[in-house]
Amino acid sequence: MKKILLNIVAFAGLAMTLIPSLLVFSGSMPTQTNKMLMGIGMLLWFGAAPFRNKSAN
Amino acid sequence: MLLDKLTSNLESVQEFEREPVPPARQKGWRSFLGMYAGEHTAGTEFVIGPLFVAHGASAGDLIFGLLIGNLLAVLSWAFLCAPIATKERITLYYKLEKICGKRLTVVYNLVNALMFCFLAGSMIAVSATAVGIPFDMPMAELSDWLPNSVSWVVIVMVVGMVTTIVATLGYEQVSRFANLASPWMILVFLAAAIAVLPELGIQHAGDFWSAAESKIWTGVPLEGQSKFTFWHVLFFAWFCNMAMHIGMADLSIFRYAKSWKSGFTSAGGMFVGHYIAWLASGILYAVFLQKSQNSLEFAPGPIAYYAAGIAGACCVIIAGWTTANPTIYRAGLAVQAIIPNSKTWKVTLIVGLITTAAACFPALVMRLLDFVALYGLVLMPMGAIIFIDFYLLPRLGLRSDYAEKAGIGINWAATGTWVLTLATCLFINFYVGVEIFFLGLPGWFVAVLLYTVLSYWVQSSKTEKTSLS
Repeated sequence: MKKILLNIVAFAGLAMTLIPSLLVFSGSMPTQTNKMLMGIGMLLWFGAAPFRNKSAN
Repeated sequence: MLLDKLTSNLESVQEFEREPVPPARQKGWRSFLGMYAGEHTAGTEFVIGPLFVAHGASAGDLIFGLLIGNLLAVLSWAFLCAPIATKERITLYYKLEKICGKRLTVVYNLVNALMFCFLAGSMIAVSATAVGIPFDMPMAELSDWLPNSVSWVVIVMVVGMVTTIVATLGYEQVSRFANLASPWMILVFLAAAIAVLPELGIQHAGDFWSAAESKIWTGVPLEGQSKFTFWHVLFFAWFCNMAMHIGMADLSIFRYAKSWKSGFTSAGGMFVGHYIAWLASGILYAVFLQKSQNSLEFAPGPIAYYAAGIAGACCVIIAGWTTANPTIYRAGLAVQAIIPNSKTWKVTLIVGLITTAAACFPALVMRLLDFVALYGLVLMPMGAIIFIDFYLLPRLGLRSDYAEKAGIGINWAATGTWVLTLATCLFINFYVGVEIFFLGLPGWFVAVLLYTVLSYWVQSSKTEKTSLS
């Protein structure tokens, strides 16, 4: 369960890094929101990925 | 106490430095794919992509030059380096010791360490451009060689000291962090570039090519920069890792591969890091140039911060740091091989201080393309020597691994080949006017010819002397 949760958080972090930029490109999101979401994505990825890797090991 | 414990932990790691890697420790191709993709999406990518823009590479030249150059690099790994690595299964250093002798290997290590120091120095400088954002640090310009402000020197020193201290504590944690960061970094490159496309007038995918030709890779170099053609791009992409593939440094990596075909996994690094990331960072720089009306300021940190906010600035810091850190560590190991009784952390500390001092000079970043080309060129003759020693000398009735078999400290055929090849390249550069990016190709053939002739001469004169005595 913990592993699944960590995977979800880590991949959500990656998704929040990439997907908002596509929305900026299509004109449906302002750049400031994109930058904020990328920052949150970074926190999610680095918050979850190390523990995800540890539990995989 | 803590340092000693960490050092002893490092020393206890079994790396098969003087023995072939046993079958139980060999790895499948997947291990290499991830490693190459991660290692080649690094701090250097934030500099190289923009420098192509600054040098006026045109869109077509860049897209197709990178495609062919990267393909040639992958083929060099797959057909030159990996087959020898999987047959010999020993490190580059041990192979050089067998062929060239211990004394020449020491010189090779020294040169390698020096190159590593400069490479790490440029990455510390790249990180410093992002660390300096909140302090309003004046950024260096493309034409700058010397430090332009006290705050630049102070921030570079702080970043360099932190990087050095972490490097002295060991390699493993940083390597783990680098692996962890690499998928995120690749996405930051991609996302930042996609997000700024509308600022270049690209609203749909169909607009890309015309904007690429007129606004990004315009074909016009910035003031004071030389013009890059298709051939510059192709040869740079092929030879920027020349020390690793044609120069055979990655023998140490592929000795763990189950099959030589793992050499093709280098495509992960070439087509993610050296293609997507270079194009992406070039796009970011084009937006900066458009905004600043072709300012000569060159700072990856603010450029990434503008496009991706805090995540962009952190990406520059992490990319620079995760490249600089293992590079300082490797430089330390290369020096330690020369002074075997010295403590790893002490050597790493000294190397780190030298690197930090070098990082204060923006020339390392501004001339990164030339430096990377020089790095590959200087170490390339050793790769040609290994290639000929492995494939050709036995067929000519000459002995491979000559230094080991003859029990000599220095193989003069290898020494002569290294020195004369570089002298020939220097001659071609000065008197024929061939730029450094292209010298690797004729240089390799010169090295092959020289080593064959000199080996014949050295080995036959030695045999003659032995039979006379």
